Amino acid sequence: MVIPTEDGGFNFDLCKRNAFLGQQGVKGPSVLKTGTTIAGVIYKDGIVLGADTRSTNGDTVADKNCEKIHYIAPNIWCCGAGTAADTEAVTGMVSSAMELHRLATNRSSRVITAMTMLKQHLFKYQGHVSAALVLGGYDHSGPHLHSVYPHGSTDTLPFVTMGSGSLAAMAVFESGYKENMELEDAKILVARAIEAGIFNDLGSGSNVDLCIINKDGKDYLRNWKCPNERTYRHAGFTFPPGTTPLIKKNMNTAYCTSLPGLSALVEVSDGPEPESMELA
Amino acid sequence: MDFIRNNQSQSPDTGTTIIGVAYEGGIVIGCDTRVSIGNYINNRTSDKITPLAENVFLARSGSAPDTQLVADYVRHLVHQHVMEIGRDPDVKTVANLAMQIVYNNKGVNHGQGLCAAMVCAGWDKHNGGQVFAMPIGGTLLPVPWAIDGSGSTFIWGFMDAEYREGMTRAETEVFCIKAISLAMARDASSGGMVRLVTVDKDGATRRLVTHEEMEPFYEELDLRKVRDGSGGVALGI
Repeated sequence: MVIPTEDGGFNFDLCKRNAFLGQQGVKGPSVLKTGTTIAGVIYKDGIVLGADTRSTNGDTVADKNCEKIHYIAPNIWCCGAGTAADTEAVTGMVSSAMELHRLATNRSSRVITAMTMLKQHLFKYQGHVSAALVLGGYDHSGPHLHSVYPHGSTDTLPFVTMGSGSLAAMAVFESGYKENMELEDAKILVARAIEAGIFNDLGSGSNVDLCIINKDGKDYLRNWKCPNERTYRHAGFTFPPGTTPLIKKNMNTAYCTSLPGLSALVEVSDGPEPESMELA
Repeated sequence: MDFIRNNQSQSPDTGTTIIGVAYEGGIVIGCDTRVSIGNYINNRTSDKITPLAENVFLARSGSAPDTQLVADYVRHLVHQHVMEIGRDPDVKTVANLAMQIVYNNKGVNHGQGLCAAMVCAGWDKHNGGQVFAMPIGGTLLPVPWAIDGSGSTFIWGFMDAEYREGMTRAETEVFCIKAISLAMARDASSGGMVRLVTVDKDGATRRLVTHEEMEPFYEELDLRKVRDGSGGVALGI
C-alpha cells in the first residue's frame, strides 16, 4: 500500500523516534533550574518577600548570586522557583501586560490581577511552564500574598514558601510566625526561613535577597545577608615590626649593619672583640 | 530527593472530604481544610468552599488547578447572568453552568480533561434549598445529600445510617461536622478543620470548626480536656 505524503497534516515520526530513544536511555539536554528556597510573609504594614540566590544546572551551581525576586509592578513583586527561563518569561510577560493595563486605565495595579494572569497562563500550559511563584504586593485594599503552582492553582495565606527548600523554610515559619509582626521581626523571620533552605537544601544556597512592599513603596534589599562569603588566599605576607620577639640584642656589629633596615629595629652596641681561634 | 521531583511534576490535590446536605428551608455545605502534594500538606487552612453567587456555593475536590479554573469560569458567567436578570440566580442554573464546563472538557484518557469532583448547593426563592452532586465526568444529580472526595468513601455507611428527613438547621450542621470529622480521622489526605457554609432565605453564614470543638471518636485524644488540663482519651462516640 502506498501512503500519500503530499496530503498535508501533521507528521509524528519524530515523536516516535524520541520515545524510542528515551526508552533506550538517551537523555535530552537539561534546562537551567532554580532549585530554590523562596518565601513571603504578611507583616503589620505590608509584605516581606525573600529568596536565596543559587541557580543550578543538574548538580552544578550555574550562578552563585542570581536574582529571583522579579518585578511585576512598582507595588507588586514575585519570587520565582522552577525553570529559570520560565519564571523570567512568565513574570516578564505579566509585568508588560500590567504596565499596559495601568496606562490604559490610569489606575495602579492590583495583586489579584497579576495572580489571575499568572494562573490562567500556567493552567493553559498544563504544568509544562515550570514556574512556582510567591506573589506579593500592596494595593488599594492592602497587602496580599499568594502562592502560584506550575499547574495553575493558587493559595492565599499569611505566610508561604515555595521551591525545593520550601519544607525547611515552612518549618521555620510554622514555629516562628506571629500575626502583626514589626518589620524588623518579619525581615529576620524570612531571612531565617531562607537560610534554612540555604543550609539544608542542596538546590538552594549563597545569599539572602529580601523585598519589602508596603504603602510607602518597595525596598529591594539585594544580598541582605551573605552567610556564605568566600575567603580568598593572600598573595603574600606582611608582618608589622615587632611581630617576632627579640631574645638577644647583642650582635656582631659588622654583621648587623650590613643588613639595610634592620639596624633601625635593633639597638646595636659593640660587643667584646672575638677571640682568635687557636688550632692546637 | 523524590519529593523534590514530585513537587515539580505533581499538582496540588484537594484530596478531600466534601459534603452537602439539604434541610427544610436551606442547605449546609462543608469541607475539611487540607490540600496536599504527595506526602506534603501545602495548605492546612484552605477554603474549598467557593462562592459562585450570593446564594450558591461550590465545594471542590479533585485537582486544585482544575477545580479553581471551573469555579473562576462559572463565577464569570454567573456575574454576567446576575447583571442580566437583576436578582440572585437559581441554584440549578449555576450548577448547570459548572456541569457543562466539566462535561465539555472531559478527557478520554487518564490525565487528560478536567479532574473535578464537586458539590454545588444553594438556596433560591423558586425551589428553596438544593444540593447537586457533580462527580467526575460531568454528571449532575439533584440529591438530598451528597458527599465526594477521597474521604467520602469512609462515610457512606454513616450517611446512609444517620441521615434523616426533616432535620433542623442546627441538627444538619452537627450532622455535617460529624461526617467530615469521621472522614478526617480515617483518610490521610483529609484533615485540619471543618468549614461550613449554611444558606437559607436570609443569606449565607460561614462557620469554622476547630479541632477543639469537635467531638473525639473512639481512642482519640480529647483536645477539649487536654486544653483545660484534665487530659483524657475518649472511649466512644
